[in-house]
Amino acid sequence: METFFQFFTEHLNFIFTIILMIILGFEVISNVPTVLHTPLMSGANAIHGVVIIGAIIIMGQAEPDNYLALILGFLAVILGTLNVVGGFVVTDRMLEMFKKKKKN
Amino acid sequence: MSGLLSLSYLIGSVSFIVGLKMLSHPDTARRGNLYASIGMTLAIIATIFLYTNSDGIRLGNYGWIFSGIAIGTVLGYLAAKKVQMTAMPQMVSLFNGMGGACAAIISIVEFKHLIHTGVDFSTQPIFTATILLGLIIGTVSFMGSMIAFGKLNGNINDKTLPMQQVINVGLLILLLVLLVAIALGLVGGNPMTWMVVLLVLSTLYGILFVMPIGGADMPVVISLLNSFTGIAAAFGGFIYDNNVMLTGGILVGSAGTVLTVLMCNAMNRSLVNVIVGAMGGNKTAGGSSSSSGGTYKEITPSDLAVLMMYSQKVIIVPGYGLAVAQAQHTCHELEKILNNNGVDVKYAIHPVAGRMPGHMNVLLAEADVSYDKLLDMDEVNPEFSQTDVVLVLGANDVVNPAAKNDPSSPIYGMPILDVESASHIIVNKRSMKPGYAGIENELFFQPKTSMLFGDAKDVLGKLIAEIKIIAS
Repeated sequence: METFFQFFTEHLNFIFTIILMIILGFEVISNVPTVLHTPLMSGANAIHGVVIIGAIIIMGQAEPDNYLALILGFLAVILGTLNVVGGFVVTDRMLEMFKKKKKN
Repeated sequence: MSGLLSLSYLIGSVSFIVGLKMLSHPDTARRGNLYASIGMTLAIIATIFLYTNSDGIRLGNYGWIFSGIAIGTVLGYLAAKKVQMTAMPQMVSLFNGMGGACAAIISIVEFKHLIHTGVDFSTQPIFTATILLGLIIGTVSFMGSMIAFGKLNGNINDKTLPMQQVINVGLLILLLVLLVAIALGLVGGNPMTWMVVLLVLSTLYGILFVMPIGGADMPVVISLLNSFTGIAAAFGGFIYDNNVMLTGGILVGSAGTVLTVLMCNAMNRSLVNVIVGAMGGNKTAGGSSSSSGGTYKEITPSDLAVLMMYSQKVIIVPGYGLAVAQAQHTCHELEKILNNNGVDVKYAIHPVAGRMPGHMNVLLAEADVSYDKLLDMDEVNPEFSQTDVVLVLGANDVVNPAAKNDPSSPIYGMPILDVESASHIIVNKRSMKPGYAGIENELFFQPKTSMLFGDAKDVLGKLIAEIKIIAS
């Protein structure tokens, strides 16, 4: 129990952020028209690509002789970038088709 | 310097929230996506140039970082630009898997790092557990997404092992017990070996989790795996004490869960029902008794042209067949020519028509079909009774009356489009093969129904030609 409370106090900011973000996520998404389910899923998919930042940190901190970290880090950077770039571009392509027609 | 980094992360986090909010309205969606991508770029660049670890040392290996980003950008951009609109769901699943794999790799490297620093796990069990959870969730998300990709692409078929659910639940419990045991330092031997065991078990679970779920439920699964990856990313944020990863990850985890539930609601099913698999499990049980021996009528394009020209109201029900045939432009042409001849044409959009919610809207919007012609299920259902002709284009399960009157059918309870109440029902399909959920459709054998076989684009082309002849 003591470990738990110690952990709780040490990471209070994180815990606040987590709870607020969970509520925010719920709020932001409710009342979405069905039309937008797919683009929204795809957009959210691109946003979790933020995991690439972790990959960059690994890569940037890897010792030149730590091949495991170098190779895995490099792979992770590529995968993360794929997630981010691919995700945003695919979402944009879907939404491009929703653009309003010019009113004549 | 670190103030600037924090500011970039703050801007990044806000851009994700605002972007996601804007993505949920048709008018602002595209700009929302743009804002989120700008915030992401800012956070990435700031990390590369401004990040310092606890000893104040900056990142190195710029050559590796930039070449990794360059490779990922080129591949991701090309894949996203080249993909056909019909293959969009697979693509989202693939990109999701990449993110999951990225999160898993981060956990592997950090776990190894943790061992190298020589700490006793039991002194910081929660931190260790976070790393391992990131590994498990990331791996499950990666493998699950790959299986979902294969299924949607048609490379992998549904497979159910005997006692599948027991095996799945057992595996999950085993994973969690092992996780706790490692984090508390209860297991002996080399921790790296245990991590590999965890990795293998997670891979297996990812496969077994998605394998039995029916193809028609894949969108729900992808959405669920999407929120898994979000959570895995958030664990990464915890490991690196990184706010933008945490906010982005949790936001997607939470929003993704809501979206998953919304998708299930659109099909009138619960999430548990999808996962445990009413559809995946007893596929052969439902709906086959009454219909498979029935007879059906065919109609030629020229007869249909006459029928449509003398109608007042026509409703088109698009489905996956329209997407496969890329017939959206031809379909729009048919709508215009009928309109010019005084026929009222509308589209009935079922929430889960196609392979993903909103799939049909995207396709028809591509062909410049105007918004006000697209009617939701609730709007359109009362209108069918005043409709002369319903043209079902490659849709099947969403118009299957078994969903209403056959309790043994796997899709029983799913709301459907009441096309039956129209005067004439024309169903375009390539053959009599059952739909995606693998269920026979008795609608095809009803006296009011006529079948129009062939590729949607070809058939519509012929139909338009016939209408032009009559109209001239």
